[in-house]
Amino acid sequence: MTAITSSAASPRDYSLTGRDARLAVENGLAAAEWYHTEIPRKQMKELMQRSDQPAIRDTIIWLAAFVVSAAGGIWFWGGWWCVPFFFVYGTLYGSSTDSRWHECGHGTAFRTQWMNDVVYQLACFMIMRNPVTWRWSHARHHTDTIIVGRDPEIAVMRPPDLLRAVLNFFGILDTWHAMVDMVRNAAGIISPAEKTFIPEQEQPKAIRVARIWVAIYIATIALAFYLHSWLPLMLVGLPRLYGAWHHVMTGLLQHGGLAENVIDHRLNSRTVYMNPISRFVYWNMNYHVEHHMFPMVPYHALPKLHEMIKHDLPAPTPSILAGYREMIPAFLRQLRNEDYFLKRALPPTAKPYREELHNDNPVAAAAE
Amino acid sequence: MSDWVEACAAGDIDEEDVMRFDHAGRTFAIYRSPDDEYFATDGLCTHEKVHLADGLVMDDIIECPKHNGRFNYKTGDARGAPVCVNLKTYPVKVDAGKVLIQVG
Repeated sequence: MTAITSSAASPRDYSLTGRDARLAVENGLAAAEWYHTEIPRKQMKELMQRSDQPAIRDTIIWLAAFVVSAAGGIWFWGGWWCVPFFFVYGTLYGSSTDSRWHECGHGTAFRTQWMNDVVYQLACFMIMRNPVTWRWSHARHHTDTIIVGRDPEIAVMRPPDLLRAVLNFFGILDTWHAMVDMVRNAAGIISPAEKTFIPEQEQPKAIRVARIWVAIYIATIALAFYLHSWLPLMLVGLPRLYGAWHHVMTGLLQHGGLAENVIDHRLNSRTVYMNPISRFVYWNMNYHVEHHMFPMVPYHALPKLHEMIKHDLPAPTPSILAGYREMIPAFLRQLRNEDYFLKRALPPTAKPYREELHNDNPVAAAAE
Repeated sequence: MSDWVEACAAGDIDEEDVMRFDHAGRTFAIYRSPDDEYFATDGLCTHEKVHLADGLVMDDIIECPKHNGRFNYKTGDARGAPVCVNLKTYPVKVDAGKVLIQVG
């Protein structure tokens, strides 16, 4: 791992309609051709093959865990024993839906498309991401990953807003913005930024979904008033706050502290080895370099893909803790110098980075 | 009416697979369906100009390798976000073990 700073000290403009959006297009960073490891077509076809079985198995376990944890939370409501049940329910609702939304949005989780669609809609509702808006924003994220002014899904912009990152572990700002967006969409308004990536013919669909969701939340709040109880909101809505911690913990690791404005996912994405429970919640998105390089590969084939191409990738981060140990100091350093980032070292077996394509202009580097 | 152009040998494409074919500055995708029929479309996804020949063929669907946009390669119909614009298709025939497409 090498830490790099740049002499170019110009504040970044992350707006999708601002200066850096225009510069990215002018500099050829928008919709560029990205580096990918060579894999023979026959092996790639095997990796891309779709199957319903792994996702059906995982979804049955997932839904059963929802039912059991919700039932326990309701049964023990009013006593301390409801806490562990709501902890599980909240993590499923506010975190595991992040990966279900993601995988089913790619259409890779199940072979059968309606199954992807059903889980996608359910997960989008729970994670509070408009299924139309986020399908298009995520397409842009894959086209222009961590390109300033182009990628609408940069979780930590520079200089990092660490208070925002901490608050998001409890879903606070994230959910507030999601609610504002939902109400705005329900009122029939598509923002200028959304218009940059949602085609015009798709925009009415985003509005229709937002209106349905607003109706569900109004009904839930009305039920809570009717019952004189927080319980309906503990089951619908609030778990997006008290269960967000896991998806934020894993999500920050995807790109946090790494390079911007490069066209090689080995430089801007992080693969992290994780425990089996986190991998179930996260549906193997810890293999994040692999996912970005080959988004056609289903979550259940990512460990195999990782084994196949790891000779060409930076060494994976060995644990979540190790990820935070390298990422937090990088964030703190970026508070003083926003051009600082972590440059991941490649093994001798890897094809080198194409330095001429990368916008780092290093003036200082220190091996860690 | 344009001439027929030889794209490849019939055996060059596996069943339920796709192959890239470049001709006269244009790029095409040639498909062999699971029931051993051949089809041809423009080679680039209508969403962001990615080569479809790197994608996945499932039944009568080609899925783009970049954003998983889906088309029916037999008709060219776009099958949902993030693809909205249909693919152009081309007539195909197999003659003496060769796959020919009409690139008009």
